[in-house]
Amino acid sequence: MQLFPCPFCGPRSESEFHFGGDAGNHRPEGFRDVTDGVWAAYLYERNNRRGAASEIWMHMACGEVFRMERDTVNHRVAQSVALGKGGGNDGMAH
Amino acid sequence: MTAWRTEGGTAIDRSRPLAFTFDGKAIDGFAGDTVASALLAGGVSVLARSFKYHRPRGLWGAGVEEPNALVDIAGGLPNTRATQVPAADGLVVRSVNAEPNAEKDRHAFLDAFSRFIPAAFYYKTFMFPDWHLFEPRIREMAGLGTLDEATKGPAFAEQVNQHCDVLVVGAGPSGLLAARKAARAGKRVVLCDDGRQVGGSLLFRAAVIEGKPGAEWAADVAAELERAGLRVLTGTTAFGIYDHRLVGLHQKAADGAPDRLWRIRARSIVLAAGAIERPLPFGNNDLPGVMSAEAALVYLRRFGVAAGRKVVIAANNGLAYETAEALAAAGADVTVVDYRADAASPAGLRVLKGLAVATAVGRSAVTAVKLSDGTVLEADALLASGGFTPTVHLYCQAQGKLDWRDDILAFVPGRSVDGVEVVGAAAGNFGLPAELAGGSERDFRIVAAWPKPGARERVWIDLQNDVTAKDVELAVRENFVSVEHLKRYTTLGMATDQGKTSNVNGLALMAELTGRRIPEVGTTTYRPPFTPVPLASFAGARSGTRMNPIRRLPLEAQHRADGAMFREYGGWLRPAFYGAGAPEERIQAEAQAAREGVALFDGSPLGKIDVMGPDAAPFLDFIYYNTMSTLAPGRCRYGFILTEAGNIYDDGVLMRLDENRFVVSCSSSHVAGVHGLLEEWRQDRFDKRRVFIHNVTAGMATLTVTGPRARALVESVGLSIALDDAALPHMAVVSGLFDGIAVRIARVSFTGERSYEISVPADRARALWARLRQAGEACGATLLGLEALMILRAEKGYIVIGKDTDGTSRPIDFGLTAPLERKKVAFIGRRSLITEDAAGPDRRQFVGLEAVDGKGVLPTGAHGIERKAGATRSLGYVTSSYFSPALRKPIALGLIERGLSRMGDIIELQHLRDVRQARIVPSCAFDEEGARLHA
Repeated sequence: MQLFPCPFCGPRSESEFHFGGDAGNHRPEGFRDVTDGVWAAYLYERNNRRGAASEIWMHMACGEVFRMERDTVNHRVAQSVALGKGGGNDGMAH
Repeated sequence: MTAWRTEGGTAIDRSRPLAFTFDGKAIDGFAGDTVASALLAGGVSVLARSFKYHRPRGLWGAGVEEPNALVDIAGGLPNTRATQVPAADGLVVRSVNAEPNAEKDRHAFLDAFSRFIPAAFYYKTFMFPDWHLFEPRIREMAGLGTLDEATKGPAFAEQVNQHCDVLVVGAGPSGLLAARKAARAGKRVVLCDDGRQVGGSLLFRAAVIEGKPGAEWAADVAAELERAGLRVLTGTTAFGIYDHRLVGLHQKAADGAPDRLWRIRARSIVLAAGAIERPLPFGNNDLPGVMSAEAALVYLRRFGVAAGRKVVIAANNGLAYETAEALAAAGADVTVVDYRADAASPAGLRVLKGLAVATAVGRSAVTAVKLSDGTVLEADALLASGGFTPTVHLYCQAQGKLDWRDDILAFVPGRSVDGVEVVGAAAGNFGLPAELAGGSERDFRIVAAWPKPGARERVWIDLQNDVTAKDVELAVRENFVSVEHLKRYTTLGMATDQGKTSNVNGLALMAELTGRRIPEVGTTTYRPPFTPVPLASFAGARSGTRMNPIRRLPLEAQHRADGAMFREYGGWLRPAFYGAGAPEERIQAEAQAAREGVALFDGSPLGKIDVMGPDAAPFLDFIYYNTMSTLAPGRCRYGFILTEAGNIYDDGVLMRLDENRFVVSCSSSHVAGVHGLLEEWRQDRFDKRRVFIHNVTAGMATLTVTGPRARALVESVGLSIALDDAALPHMAVVSGLFDGIAVRIARVSFTGERSYEISVPADRARALWARLRQAGEACGATLLGLEALMILRAEKGYIVIGKDTDGTSRPIDFGLTAPLERKKVAFIGRRSLITEDAAGPDRRQFVGLEAVDGKGVLPTGAHGIERKAGATRSLGYVTSSYFSPALRKPIALGLIERGLSRMGDIIELQHLRDVRQARIVPSCAFDEEGARLHA
């Protein structure tokens, strides 16, 4: 059971969090001009990085979404960062 | 073995005798005895039969490492280590894997065939026709204990979560010293030990620390910790170390109270788990009477039991001399066989140096010991020490890597692991910590005494799983030379003792056979748990209905008083129907009454998520498939929420209460999911200071009045609102007052009849329900359960998400394409709606199905089929199917390939072996124009 830092609530058990995917998976804007390939990549391609990863998580207890930098090999958490005021399209995988 | 009670025994209280039975035989003991020590004292030498060969087995160890003495406790857990069960009056103990008992076992003949049943024999032999045919019988012959059918299982284990600065695992000298240091430095310390008393080796090895006998010093340190308000957990095994220094501990209560599972998150962990003595690899080293030399010292000093009268002690290191001296002092006749030719030995002991044990002699107990030079020594106990294996399990679980030390012939912790320190014998320091030893050192020089290939006698490596040296040789011959393969092929180390006594001997033999050094062979992976932990402890209170607690209505008691039959719907316990009698009749009657008069329905679980703020309208435009910003305040609109993959995730009515305030009425089983989805998009895509989301589902009850006479009923309740259709038309929402409390009234219908959904704060639900019931009496209102509601909505072709849709359904399958064509702004899933698949011609579309074969209601789940060239293909399936009381005929809904363009076609529907005929019809079977919504 890992210990994740919520930027709002402090360190909490992993089981209180919901994984939101890699950070930076931006939603392609537009409609007919977005190719199948670009859209499929947004929907389905996941990096599953070994080592340093930047991810989006939701702390379900407070409902806030944030970005966390952690290492997927040794499970060290470097930091977690609140997502400003929102509206920045922080790139969750929905 | 002729073990006997001596004087003394620091663990037992001779003023409190007790008695229990083992395999029906009466056994005496004292308070403080374990089942093992009492059996040993009672002269029981055969405690068990071995796993595979049914060999007689006695005690090897005295603690968690015991590989042989597994017993079933009547009314308790099976396969418990006799060394860890406190003896108690009236206990009924039974040996495992033995019939009728351990002493006389009818499967003992198997041992005579042992050379024909080596490792993997069963898998190789019973392949044809199918291993599973043979498996039950083989499992019965080779196995462990049985669960007493009458056993209720333990009461649920408490679970405790705790944080601390330092967790010390093991309360021997090194652990106590570390705990005391940390405590004196002001740290929050938790100290745990699997023994009933703190002290570890100090409880049975002689030591003077800080001027006190070791055991007394240990008790004093524990008392000091407790005085400082720190926690000392005895009878508690740290069984696993998990991410970020979370440690799982299993505490076995001494007094029969339920177990306790601790999850302790420590800033730092000190592992002082000690070391476990290894067997020596001589012939027949599994005979009862062959015991660990250290265990013999434990039995003597702790329980006042000497292992034998004529004792041979065989050791390749110096630590066994304490056992020799103690037994000699107690009056046993002791001979030491010291494998080390140049050993220094204490005076007054008979010591044979530079010799080894060749084989233990005896049929079901040791009677003599044959040495490497051919000498035969008469003996009734053979105490062996093949060196010590540091208990490094938790260190390895924490990703530690082991180093091999040739001077002590053991794996010890290598590179440091963040926040984990290993001390004492667990780190390979077998004496007292230097600061406590006061200059006295123990002689721990060791010579190798590893198993050798080609031995004539059978040499056991793994006692619990019956793995011999020959099995390891066989594995190597068959090229299973990776240590992980060796383990799986021979099952070495895979028993419930997890190879605590056997692994290193197995690795050494493997090294010898493959010409490698032991560290090159390496160890298998260490995984939790260190000792078996009952699943009940992991479950804790979350068993039975607490596993997934059901959600209950505020009005449950009222519904029960009305004779409601409850069922679970989407996690909520809700009235399925009301009243006694045949359920199907009741359901039909309720549905009919709602069409003819008026009905009351408790729709409280309906999702109610408030979406507020200046950006709420554009936010909901993005969330919904439909355009929502054009909705006028006071109005409602039905819509879909899609996934980004373009599939229907939820449907429901959105209400706009005013310019900046909406209520999302999502499916009652979907509230958490929809809420999460709204939050994610709000924070990811919108200015989260301009949109706010608040889930008030459980805070409000929704009571629905539906039917042609609904208006009259609501009017008589008096909600301070105008009910004429100009003021409150279908799909409008207004705010009213009930007893001075604001309530929300929506003209939304899931039955096809004029309906009023009245939402009140949950604590006002009883009052409103009572008033509705009272008003209902005058109107002849019926109570409507969920089953009847399902019929009413199916007559209208209204869908239930997850029932009439599946994970591939898209809006186009329901004939809804306008938003895709006309909507100006982005919304979830839009791009996915123009993929090849979404636009394909063969999609399964939502239609009605009318049985035309006169055989009654169609089975839900029946597949529409197409037969072509002898092959049968599914066209989709029936999603909902009922008998309609309004239409007096069966109705059904389904997802059928190209259904919307095949109206009037008759298709075959197959359910198991039954084939039915049905016509494809519009999904709405009743009041297609919707006139009744306004009537």
